[in-house]
Amino acid sequence: MAHTSLSSTPSYTRVKRRRPFPWHIAVFLAPAVLIYTVVMIYPILSSLWLSLNNQAGGRAAFVGLANYQKLLGSELYAQPLWNALRNNVVFFLIHMLVQNPVGLLLAVLLSFRLRGSAVYRTLLFTPTVLSVVIIGFAWKLILNPAWGVQRALLTPLGLEHLDQPWLGLPNTALPTLSLISVWQNIGIPMLLFLAALVRIPDELYEAARLDGAGGWTIFRRIQLPLILPTVGIVSVLTFVGNFNAFDLIYSTQGAIAGPNFASDILGTLFYRTFFGYQLQPGDPYMGAAVAGVMLAVILAGLLVYLVAWQRRMTEVQL
Amino acid sequence: MSAAGVPLLNRSSQVLGHLVLIFYSLLATLPTLLIIVNSFKDRLTIFSHPFAFPNGGTFTLDGYRTLASSANFPLFFLNSLLVTLGSLFLILLVSSMAAFALSEYRFRLNTLLGLYLSVGIMVPIRLGTVGILNLMVGLHLVNTLWALILVYTAQGIPLAVFVLTSFMRGVPRDLKEAARIDGASEYRIYGLTLPLIRPALGAVTAISMIPIWNDLWFPLILAPGERTKTIVLGASAFLGQFVNDYNAVLAALTLAIVPVVVLYVIFSRQLVSGITGGALK
Repeated sequence: MAHTSLSSTPSYTRVKRRRPFPWHIAVFLAPAVLIYTVVMIYPILSSLWLSLNNQAGGRAAFVGLANYQKLLGSELYAQPLWNALRNNVVFFLIHMLVQNPVGLLLAVLLSFRLRGSAVYRTLLFTPTVLSVVIIGFAWKLILNPAWGVQRALLTPLGLEHLDQPWLGLPNTALPTLSLISVWQNIGIPMLLFLAALVRIPDELYEAARLDGAGGWTIFRRIQLPLILPTVGIVSVLTFVGNFNAFDLIYSTQGAIAGPNFASDILGTLFYRTFFGYQLQPGDPYMGAAVAGVMLAVILAGLLVYLVAWQRRMTEVQL
Repeated sequence: MSAAGVPLLNRSSQVLGHLVLIFYSLLATLPTLLIIVNSFKDRLTIFSHPFAFPNGGTFTLDGYRTLASSANFPLFFLNSLLVTLGSLFLILLVSSMAAFALSEYRFRLNTLLGLYLSVGIMVPIRLGTVGILNLMVGLHLVNTLWALILVYTAQGIPLAVFVLTSFMRGVPRDLKEAARIDGASEYRIYGLTLPLIRPALGAVTAISMIPIWNDLWFPLILAPGERTKTIVLGASAFLGQFVNDYNAVLAALTLAIVPVVVLYVIFSRQLVSGITGGALK
């Protein structure tokens, strides 16, 4: 069909073909695409390529998946990797179980538009804008038994036995750091949930009110089903953020992610592998391989979201 | 937002809601307040009465004096400011240009380029660190603020293009067509569009600013030199050194907290509407 129309209007095609190249489109797009490609996409791809190489006789040579084999199987690398991966899963689960439900609770309370909602919203979001380094250090001071803030808070409640160096014990360091991170980042799920909640049409609430529904019923029957897509997005953002985390653990526990690697996650492992620490020299090839594993984990998470969650969403809508 | 749906809660639920929100507001703000208040007290009172406000006898600026004499804090602050402003300027400029092209013209690669640029929203730039460091070494940009500005610009472009494209689509066509008939060039029309999407530019500024100002990873790797340290890296190094000088540590924390909180209060409306897509104003 396109053929006939082309041949029937030869003059039009000729004019169209002669239209000058749209330079302005290229000019508008070039700077963003160039910076993004050169500084983000190319380095990620070149890191992946580097992870398939290794030093051989003074120069880099292609070694295929050998680095990954070493990472997953050799004594030196595998144990820290699995440890970091396991810790990272715990870090993520604590966010999913504490940050997102509490964020949702706060958002629901704010969505009922109690007096002073805007003030609460501003206060609740404050930790999120502060630097992770500052947050980490502030909490390190507060939890330091030497200062005694912890003791002064716990003693009147009869909870003296909880006055422990939470960041210094191997069993509690990781959960404590996760909760500090939850404390800081809770503002983001809260705002995203709140945005979804205020979009729910007032008529639905009105109908519920006529039926005499209380707060809990409204939440379960109206709010929760309608914000399910946001629950999915919040989960993905939490996942990507958590498996890419570094700053909090580095600034409170140092590159060794102490005590004794109890709080080591993929980000800190990546840093140590790439730059080295104490006696272990840095290795860009193995560092790139750790980044490759992180990329694989993040892509796997995104894939699960796209396939499982999106499909469930369309089924719910049907 | 009409008031039709409010209040949905009976009195006792309202009281309970307020209690939960007050409790959490205290939890969210008290640690920060504790740091700020104690930075103005003498060492003895910091330990003996951590929750007391400073009074005539206990007020001191010792921590801030130590800071002024021992660290390059003004320089670090200036570095952070230059990096943040430079990156924000570039993000806004190049992203708005790209968003204009993607929303205004129909051309073959349109959808594909849109998708290509959105990949960066979900894939963290940090995973390219090894490649970025090699690139910056090759360009002789290590230990310059340009390295950071370029990285943060690249990091900010995907989300900025995404947000701005959807806003640009909302600009009425008639306006642009009228300008074209008057003989305005495409570049001029782009210039005319910018003031119309000012709220979106504000939102992009607010969302992009905080991660740039607060980042530790790239300053640590690309610009750790004494002359290029950002305030976060400087504070982090300083805090490690002065771990036992509580006055100085608390003063350093306070100096790093206050500017961000002030910026946040100024930009909080744009930030909230940026994150929530304008649902809450």
